[in-house]
Amino acid sequence: MSLISTLARLEAVESGRAQPLATVCHRRLSDRPLVFVPLTTAGEAGAPLGALVGTDRGSPRLLTVAQPRDRDLRFAFLAELAETLLPHLDAYADDVEPAERSETDPETGKRVKVEVELCVDAPQLIVPNRPGVDFVRLLGRSMRFRRTAEQDPDTPYPAPARVPLLGRWLTHYGERARVPGSSLLLAATDLLNRHWATGQSNLEDQHLGALLAWIDPPDGGSGRDAALRAETDRDGRGQLRCPPAGPATDPAFDNRLLAPAIDEYDRARQFLGAAEDGPGADEQLGRLTRAEREIRALLESQLRPTWDAVWRGLDLLRELPEGARVADRWTRDRWSFTGHRDRVRSGEPPQPRHDDAVTAAQKLASRETAQQQLEAQEALDDPLVLAGRRLAGEAFIGEVTEVVMAYSESKRPSPRPLVTLYSEDTPQLGERTKVYRSLDGKPQSAEFVGWEPDGGGTLVVRLTDRMGRGREPAEGSLPEKGDVIAWTLFEHDQRGGPKLPSTEETPWTHGGPPAVEGRGPGAVPLPEARTPADGTPSAPPLPLPDPVTEDDFL
Amino acid sequence: MSTMTASSDRAGFDPGAEAARATDAILHDTLYGAYRGVVVDSPPGAGKSTLVVRAALELASAGRPLMVVAQTNAQVDDLVTRLAEKAPGLPVGRLHSNDPDPYDPSLNELASVRKSAKAADLAGLDVVVSTAAKWAHVQGVEPWRHAIVDEAYQMRSDALLAVAGLFERALFVGDPGQLDPFSVVGADQWAGLSYDPSASAVSTLLAHNPELPQHRLPVSWRLPASAAPLVSDAFYPYTPFRSGTGPADRRLTFAVPSDGSGPDRVVDEAAASGWGLLELPARRTPRTDPEAVRAAALVVRRLLDRGGATTGERGPGTSPLTADRVAVGTAHRDQAAAIRAALAELGVTGVAVDTANRLQGREFDVTVVLHPLSGRPDATAFHLETGRLCVLTSRHRHACIVICRAGVPELLDEHPSTEPVQLGVTIKFPDGWEANHAVLSHLSEHRITWQP
Repeated sequence: MSLISTLARLEAVESGRAQPLATVCHRRLSDRPLVFVPLTTAGEAGAPLGALVGTDRGSPRLLTVAQPRDRDLRFAFLAELAETLLPHLDAYADDVEPAERSETDPETGKRVKVEVELCVDAPQLIVPNRPGVDFVRLLGRSMRFRRTAEQDPDTPYPAPARVPLLGRWLTHYGERARVPGSSLLLAATDLLNRHWATGQSNLEDQHLGALLAWIDPPDGGSGRDAALRAETDRDGRGQLRCPPAGPATDPAFDNRLLAPAIDEYDRARQFLGAAEDGPGADEQLGRLTRAEREIRALLESQLRPTWDAVWRGLDLLRELPEGARVADRWTRDRWSFTGHRDRVRSGEPPQPRHDDAVTAAQKLASRETAQQQLEAQEALDDPLVLAGRRLAGEAFIGEVTEVVMAYSESKRPSPRPLVTLYSEDTPQLGERTKVYRSLDGKPQSAEFVGWEPDGGGTLVVRLTDRMGRGREPAEGSLPEKGDVIAWTLFEHDQRGGPKLPSTEETPWTHGGPPAVEGRGPGAVPLPEARTPADGTPSAPPLPLPDPVTEDDFL
Repeated sequence: MSTMTASSDRAGFDPGAEAARATDAILHDTLYGAYRGVVVDSPPGAGKSTLVVRAALELASAGRPLMVVAQTNAQVDDLVTRLAEKAPGLPVGRLHSNDPDPYDPSLNELASVRKSAKAADLAGLDVVVSTAAKWAHVQGVEPWRHAIVDEAYQMRSDALLAVAGLFERALFVGDPGQLDPFSVVGADQWAGLSYDPSASAVSTLLAHNPELPQHRLPVSWRLPASAAPLVSDAFYPYTPFRSGTGPADRRLTFAVPSDGSGPDRVVDEAAASGWGLLELPARRTPRTDPEAVRAAALVVRRLLDRGGATTGERGPGTSPLTADRVAVGTAHRDQAAAIRAALAELGVTGVAVDTANRLQGREFDVTVVLHPLSGRPDATAFHLETGRLCVLTSRHRHACIVICRAGVPELLDEHPSTEPVQLGVTIKFPDGWEANHAVLSHLSEHRITWQP
């Protein structure tokens, strides 16, 4: 935790109210976000219990599973979810603009520009918290490999038509959420925690109700007291007034309300199955419907407060103007959405269970680049974030007091002007440390020359680029006396990493190409080990499932 | 480093002979072995660079051109200089980046070293040396038959992936006890995969090629007899090593007597025993604890002011303890910056002050260490990392002085390590918690308490 966020937290403790960590909003908030509040069944990994989903805060769609252990009901839930989510995704897929992308020409191996489509906007998915993001990933994994009857008539439990497709999209959104600065899939708690510091621990900040209580306490009272109430207040039936934001439910709700309701539903189903004559069946059907309605009402009572809390959080965030460089990052999200749209349309198979070595390395490299870019862009967009970097000695603000022309000592001297700055900050400048400023949105770099010996905060830097090709610096490329300039010790842009080998050329140190991995490791003597993968590439063999034992039926 | 010492009588252990035997086996496997890779684990100061240089020369003289992969430009320049010293006529290539001042200008004085930013310009030279980052951008060249990968435990798996296509077989040399490579973003989703891109190059290599021969250098020539047992027990419990010198082989003395202050007393304690702990009163502080920073600077000032002199196995006579033989190590960059500023205030120049990550692979006579847990309210995985403490306490030839607030053992007891266990990930022993306790309990025997 940086010094400035520690300070903000201390101030929050003292004042009883959350303190701002940002003056602008550092993530894109869509005009029409799709909010998804899921619940999962306790003790049943990956068995959804219900969800509120929709783009209209006044009328969310409630989806429930009356008996989560029933595979057919679960599939029905997922099919309904697909019918709700996929039209929203599809609505963005065909609104495109022309764009250029550089690709490697397969014949010449050269980089060439290709005209492609880029979606004008991308659908945004908001979940309440980080476990919600994990649940999106889990749903994606559990659905994308299912087969529909249309794909495979012999599959034992065919999935409803659009379920595998939804699994692929949720997997894509779950992966994209791991890229720093991306906004396709966001957790409300992450959004709020980025912009405000509360007086509680990071762990407590994961509670959406308590977090909102610190930021915007009801009736303007103490945030700390409101947060405590959000965490612990229970009604006469022993139920939390602010239920957890899911996907896990409160055990008191499970035990006292949900379990009896599901039991009643099971009994009603049993009796309906046993009822032979018409009138009796009608009565049992009515009982079953009542039981189902009761479960829906119970789940809505748990989901609705979270649904409202997510929208309230979005309201708070919308009060902040959007950071200047957020649109740039959102464009990458649009590329990501468009790219997956194209993969789905071209009939590519679902994402594999595990990344291969090359894909994993590529993802890690691009996320590291994104992280560094995000940190730099947030500081450039937001004086409060920059203040944190200044406090850490990673940036400084200086007023230009003098600019002296100087030239490099080469055959064709280029301008290397010396800029004298007065600064009250204490940057960690060493010999020839590079510093950067933003000039028309592009970074201009300079070298630290030294502090003036008077010890009064006057320092000299030497500009080294962006002054044009001539002997005299281009107009507007030099700072002028009196300019107040923010300089950073970190770079504004990140260079891309090196080109990695293709998957088929995975080297021996990393197990060779995935297709031959199944042969198992062995001594790798020369020259056999250099034999390329023979035959056509095939999917790596899947490991067999664990054998079924008696314990599986306990 | 091959200087024999009088310590061969210690329980029949002859460090020179042991080290030579290990080196011979490594070179035999490298030159004539049937495997594509050879892995060498080297404890701190065990002659890793010497081994790399020797293996490179033997391969080159056997008519097998090779590439050498190091991790930083400083390491590359150091290797090139050593190669040129050992074999002045050997054609060596230094592949460098396109940045300004990409290599140490002193390489310009070496006649047989050719420097270029393009691999094609260096084709045909016996040895070509560069960083992993630069090698990763090399494309479309004929693969080398041999490579040496230096500091392979500090190289990330994805960096090896980018360069492994450039060679057919390789010697991997590194220190498993130092800092693991890290990533600025989460990489949990790949934890447990054999090719986890954020893991070290060696763990990926061995996961896919478990049959590769693994060697170990058994003798630390850097660490004095007072430090080797502690570092070996605390950080290498299953692969112990010995010091190459005996207790009487090295001496650190001061001409100016102690003035009785805390810094002077801890300097004397460290000179006599090899270790010193300057303990400040318990207190929770910001990372750049002004009192601890000032204490570290004062200790350095006194080290230099008191006319220190070292004697050792390298030669007769004494050498003065100068600023370039002293280093200060910290956990964080802002701490290093604060100590640099404090030293400048005291008029000290020329002392290396850096984080553990940047002091890796370097050697000094005396080190002053700001303890990673000093003044902290919590013990995070970062501060507990075994490698961080190992690097900080194994850079010295004579003595190590640790500056720390009281109360760290209690802090450790309140924060047992709570990292989640990942399936398929080899658990590293010892964990940082245990190693920290081991080091602290040893240091407590050399404690000087001081109220600044």
